[in-house]
Amino acid sequence: MFKLTDDRSKKGTPLAKVVMQTLSDVMNSDDKVVFLEADLAGASSSTIIQKDHPDRFIQVGIAEANMIGTAAGLSVEGFKPFVHTFGPFATRRVYDQLYLSGAYAHNTINVYGSDPGFCTGPNGGTHTTWEDVALMRAMPTAVVCDAADAVQLEWIVRKFATMQGIHYFRANRKDVRNVYAEGSTFELGKGNVLKEGKDVLIITAGQIVSDALDAAEKLEAEGISAEVIDMFTIKPLDADLILSEVKGKKAVVTFENHSIIGGLGSAVAEVLAEHAIAVPFKRHGANDVFGQVASQEWLQKEFKLTADDLIETVKGLL
Amino acid sequence: MDKVELKELTLLAAKIRKDVLELLKHRGYGHLGGSMSIVELMAVLYGKQLRIDPSNPQWEDRDMVVLSKGHSGPAWYSALAEKGYFPKEKLMTLNDGGTMLPSHPDRTKTPGVDMTTGSLGQGTSAAAGIAYGQKLKGQDRYTYLIVGDGELNEGQCWEAFMLIAARKLNNCIVIIDDNKRQLDGYTKDILNPFDFEAKMKAFGFDLVQKVKGTDIEAISDAIDKAKAHKDGANAIILDGIKGAGVKYFEELKSNHSVKFNNDEINKAADDAIAELAEFIEKEEA
Repeated sequence: MFKLTDDRSKKGTPLAKVVMQTLSDVMNSDDKVVFLEADLAGASSSTIIQKDHPDRFIQVGIAEANMIGTAAGLSVEGFKPFVHTFGPFATRRVYDQLYLSGAYAHNTINVYGSDPGFCTGPNGGTHTTWEDVALMRAMPTAVVCDAADAVQLEWIVRKFATMQGIHYFRANRKDVRNVYAEGSTFELGKGNVLKEGKDVLIITAGQIVSDALDAAEKLEAEGISAEVIDMFTIKPLDADLILSEVKGKKAVVTFENHSIIGGLGSAVAEVLAEHAIAVPFKRHGANDVFGQVASQEWLQKEFKLTADDLIETVKGLL
Repeated sequence: MDKVELKELTLLAAKIRKDVLELLKHRGYGHLGGSMSIVELMAVLYGKQLRIDPSNPQWEDRDMVVLSKGHSGPAWYSALAEKGYFPKEKLMTLNDGGTMLPSHPDRTKTPGVDMTTGSLGQGTSAAAGIAYGQKLKGQDRYTYLIVGDGELNEGQCWEAFMLIAARKLNNCIVIIDDNKRQLDGYTKDILNPFDFEAKMKAFGFDLVQKVKGTDIEAISDAIDKAKAHKDGANAIILDGIKGAGVKYFEELKSNHSVKFNNDEINKAADDAIAELAEFIEKEEA
C-alpha cells in the first residue's frame, strides 16, 4: 500500500545513493547479488558497495558491452547481477548484449540506466537518452520501470533483487521531489491512482510525476478535474487500470521524460486503440529531438516537460 | 600422453568428425569449416580434460565450455552426443522446426550447453563472467572459452580479454581457433590480425601457448600447463586449418558454410565419411 507524502516540496536522498545504499543492504543478506560498474563508481555512489562488499563489486572499466556479457556469465553461475551506467550506454550501446546474452539466454541482469531524458544536464546530447524505454519495451520478457522518487526507487531495487530476468530501471542520479511517504509499498505491473478526477486522465511516470500532480492541482483550481496515474511499471503495462479509469473522461494525456515514440505514450495509445476507445488523446514528451547541454532545470523547460507545459496540453485538448 | 589414451582420443575425434559430416550432409548445408577445425579440441575436452557428468548436465561442480564461435555448433553437438548428453539420432534434427539443436548454441535448448552464443564476440564476456563467478564461489572449476580467429574482429573480445587478464582469471582458459579463414576469405586479407601470440601477451596473458590445431597430444599438454598456471591468464592458440581433416574441404575455396548441392561435394563428403567409418571400425575391433 502506498501513501502520498505530506510535503511534495521536499526532496529525498539522491537517487543514485538510494540505489547503492539499498543494494548494499540487500547484499548483506543475499550473497548472490553482485554489482558491476564501468568506471562510474565515483559518479554513481557505487563506492558504497565497493566499500561494503569489495568482493562482489566488479569493476570492468570503460567497457559496457563486456559489463553486460560478464553479468550474463555471472547469472549463468547463479548470481543476480546489478549493473549501472548512464541511460544511453545502459541500453543503446549494449542492446544486443542485453538482448542475446541476457534476455534470449534466459539470464538475469538488473540494469540501472541513470540520468534519463532531461536529467542528463551538463553531460549534454551525447549522454542523453529519450529512447531507452522504447528499446527496452521492445525486448522480449524485459521489465521496464521509471521511478517517481526515492521511496519508490528503493522498493523497485528490492523487488528486482528477488526476480529472474532482464529488468531495466531509469532514474536521475540527483535528489528529486518526494511523491510517496516512507514505507509505501507497490505492486509491480500495477499503476497507482494518485489523485482522482473526472475530466481528464493524466498517465505519467518517473520524477515528473510530482510535476503532473502540481499541474493537476492548478487545473483543479481552474475548475478542471484531473486524475493522475503513476504508471511506474511501463512494461508490463497495467492495461486494466487504463481501461477502468478512462471511463467518463473527456481526454487522456500521457506525460513522460522520454520520446513520444515508443515510450509510455505509445504504450497507452496501443491499449486505447486496441480497445476502440475514442477519446481525445495526446502524448506529451520529447518529440523526435536530440538532447542538449544545460542544467536539468533549463532542459526540463526547453523540452516543455514542466507542470505549466502539461497544463497547456490538457487545456488544448479539452 | 600414453598410447592408449591417444588412441581413444583419436577415435573420439574420428567419431566427432564423421558426425559433423553426416549431420551437415543430411541437412544439406551448414558451417562445416569452423566445425572441422575444432574437432580435435572437442575430443580432448570431452574425452579427457573436462570435469563433467553427462547424466547430470547441471552438476554444480562441472567445468564449463563457452563456444563463442557459435557457428561451430555442429562440432559441439557431435561431441555432446558422443558423450551421451542426448541420443545421437538427435544430431539429424539440426535446424528442424522445434529442434533442440539450433545452428547456434542455445543454453535453454541443449543439455550440456551452458551459454547461448552466435552473436560473435559475446561469448567471451560470458565466459569471463562464468569464471569470475566460479572464483567468487571459491570453486576449483575451469571455463573453456573457444573463440574464432575471425571472431576476434569483434572489439568485445578484447574488452573481455582485458578483464580476464587484469583479474587473473586463470580458470578461464582462452582457446583461439586460428584456422586462418573467415566467411569472406583469409583473415589476413579481411582484417589482418597480425600476431595473436604477441597480441595476447600484450593484453596481459602471461601463458600463451601455440599448438597445432589437430595435434591431440599437444592440445592436451597445453591445457595441462594452463591448468597448472594459477597466477595469471591463460591462452592457447590452435594453429589450424579451416575444414581440417578432409583435404577436399581444407582446399575448398569457400568452406565457411558449405552447400551439399552437387555430385563433387557430396562424393567428397561420402568418401570422407566412409574412410572415417572404416577407421572407427578398425580401431574399435
